Amino acid sequence: MADGTTFEYIVGHANYWLFSVLMMTGLYVVVARGNLVKKIVGLNMFQTSVFMLYISTGKITGGTAPIFPTDMKIDPAVVYSNPLPHVLILTAIVVGIATTALGLALIIRIREEYDTIEEDDILAAEKLMAAEDDKLHGESMGGRA
Amino acid sequence: MATELTPHAAMSLTEQLPVLQVLVPFMAAPLIVFLGSRGLAWILAFGTSAAAFVIAALLLGQVLDGSVISYHIGGWAPPLGIEYRIDAANAFVLLLVSGISAIVLPYARESVASEIPRRHHTLFYACYMLCLTGLLGVVATGDAFNVFVFLEISSLSTYVLIAQGSHRDKRALTAAYDYLIMGTIGATFFVIGLGMLYMATGTLNMADLADRIADQGANRTVVAAFGFIIVGMGLKAALYPLHLWLPNAYTYAPSVVTSFLAATATKVAIYVLLRFMFSVFQPTFLFEGNTLEFLIIPLAVLAMFAASVIAIFQTDMKRLLAYSSIAQIGYMLLGIGMLSQTGLTAAIVHLFNHGITKAALFMGVGALVFRAGGSFFDRIQGMGKTMPWTSAAIVLGGLSLIGVPGTAGFVSKWYLVQGALEKGWWPVAVLIVASSLLAVIYVWHIVETLYLKTPAKDIAVGEVPNSMLIPIWIMALACIYFGLATDITLGAAQAAAKGLLAGSSGMLH
Amino acid sequence: MRHHLILRVVTKLLVGSIILFAFYVQFHGDFSPGGGFQAGVIMAVAFILYGIVFGLGKAQAVFPPWVVHKMVALGVLIYAGTGVVSLLLGYGYLDYDAFAPHHPSHGQHYGILAVELGVGVTVTGVMVAVYYAFAARPARLSDEEW
Repeated sequence: MADGTTFEYIVGHANYWLFSVLMMTGLYVVVARGNLVKKIVGLNMFQTSVFMLYISTGKITGGTAPIFPTDMKIDPAVVYSNPLPHVLILTAIVVGIATTALGLALIIRIREEYDTIEEDDILAAEKLMAAEDDKLHGESMGGRA
Repeated sequence: MATELTPHAAMSLTEQLPVLQVLVPFMAAPLIVFLGSRGLAWILAFGTSAAAFVIAALLLGQVLDGSVISYHIGGWAPPLGIEYRIDAANAFVLLLVSGISAIVLPYARESVASEIPRRHHTLFYACYMLCLTGLLGVVATGDAFNVFVFLEISSLSTYVLIAQGSHRDKRALTAAYDYLIMGTIGATFFVIGLGMLYMATGTLNMADLADRIADQGANRTVVAAFGFIIVGMGLKAALYPLHLWLPNAYTYAPSVVTSFLAATATKVAIYVLLRFMFSVFQPTFLFEGNTLEFLIIPLAVLAMFAASVIAIFQTDMKRLLAYSSIAQIGYMLLGIGMLSQTGLTAAIVHLFNHGITKAALFMGVGALVFRAGGSFFDRIQGMGKTMPWTSAAIVLGGLSLIGVPGTAGFVSKWYLVQGALEKGWWPVAVLIVASSLLAVIYVWHIVETLYLKTPAKDIAVGEVPNSMLIPIWIMALACIYFGLATDITLGAAQAAAKGLLAGSSGMLH
Repeated sequence: MRHHLILRVVTKLLVGSIILFAFYVQFHGDFSPGGGFQAGVIMAVAFILYGIVFGLGKAQAVFPPWVVHKMVALGVLIYAGTGVVSLLLGYGYLDYDAFAPHHPSHGQHYGILAVELGVGVTVTGVMVAVYYAFAARPARLSDEEW
């Protein structure tokens, strides 16, 4: 591959690069952060990266917004972008909002019960509860997992 | 949609069945909230579940001969419009989901009253109906993106339902949170896969997708999409290494929720896997055959053993059954992985049989919890004397879980072994039998606890109310009935397997 | 409630126009960008802004939580009900042709209007309900501790 085409390859796929970087960042935040709210933030980044992936594929070079004139006289020379990915993502955004709201609501309840939103502290508290269960009801195996 | 002015032929109610299947429970949810009456909530929930069950039975009757019903939402024809597409495979799953719901709800009345505060009852039933709607919708629809939307409707309401267990044990909250994180990652992986399919083919209708993938063959985008969809759905189905959300969710959720979810939610995810593996992607593609043979089958066998062994060492009956569910999902995936008529039939029959078996067992545990206030073995020990009817039903369910001849579990395992032998995989057949022996150990553990130990002193004596006992016994007797009269389940499963193995019939219908 | 004078005055001025804009977006949704989702969020913003500046109590006096709950359900019922009406008229579910059999494009117009109204009502309800649910939790820190 000549240098020019390599460059074009990289720039021409900018949306995919962005998608991959954002998606991996989001997933990393979900896995690596111990704070429950930060996990939700990571989850949001992860979902948003997918929204960008979809919407960027709907764009057609030189395409305009897919709204027909009210008199329905459609000029065949005009290129319209593909509206379908936008519609799909509108639904996915609503799902994302619902997930975020529910996640945050759960965090509030967890904080009321455990007095913390750090995963390490919660795990420690649950380990104590499990140890107590074991003492009361006999040893078990598998634990939280 | 159409612009011509030809007189419109009115559609009969029979033609509307596919949409009514999803619409009836869907309407119930906002109605329950809008009326806001505690008494009406249960009546509406039960009435619509029963109606959904009748509709599912009617639909199954129409498609058993291998025909396909296609319903166009809003009058927009596929592939542009959203299509509900009913064939033998999904009518069978619809029947299972709506049937379980219709039987669990009478049981729910007392159980919910004892486990969930009164002020949450209406919202609980509304959430339950939304969950049912989502599960039915996932199964009924023929549009790939619609699967995602319904999947999220059912998942979001599931998280809420599981969190309701926090009134008994606060760990339900973290279980729900963990499930929310993992479930959302799974659903998002699924959407990424759909996005790649859309990029490769420009359509989202499953039948149209199948046509276009068959035309262009496997390219890298399609292969990547396949990977994303398998991992995403694997998370929802609790495919072995992706099962981590399941034990806590099932253990700490209210008994009703566990009974309903254990019997339906993972089964619906398995159905989606089936649908995508066979009706969207071509099973003849090398990458799919390889995935099944070198990834899914080893993982399935691993699940059968690892989860069963962990189940043996549990001290909480609910958690024991949760691990046993993970093992049983292994059997279904094993059947799918065989890629043969017998294997697929076994997988679909097991999906149904395990659904009713687990519903019976989890409802039984729920009844014990109702009296004993907990599902630890030292709480429920000796309950065979104080609650003979419930305990007997649990034993019947346990026998079906092992696969004793004469029970539903035997039929599916028999077909599974046959499928393995047909392929010449006799080591796999031996492994299936060996893992059933593990099930004997943990089921015996339950029986021993219930019958051979003395009850704890502080426990209220007496059977649960009949409204709980009768649903448990319906399920327990179903385990026996479907073990003896196998033609209903096997007939439907064989029709379903044949339809799936024939690949997609494409857009011709 | 003596501080934030400018905020209070600006809020009072804005709330009305935000609601008006929400209606504009709502009813223009069927032939230009807009519709129930966007209008619902804008409508909810008016109440949330009012709640943030004047306190939750004042907002809930205008828009009581039980009304919000019923709105969430009502919107979904309008949406699904539209489909049920078309279904009862012998057409497919949500087939808008049913509303004007002799002039399908008018039928489409009526149908989308009803459906968008349902979406708008539900989205307004849901957004305000989410705000109420979070804001109504008792504070764990007093103002001085921040």
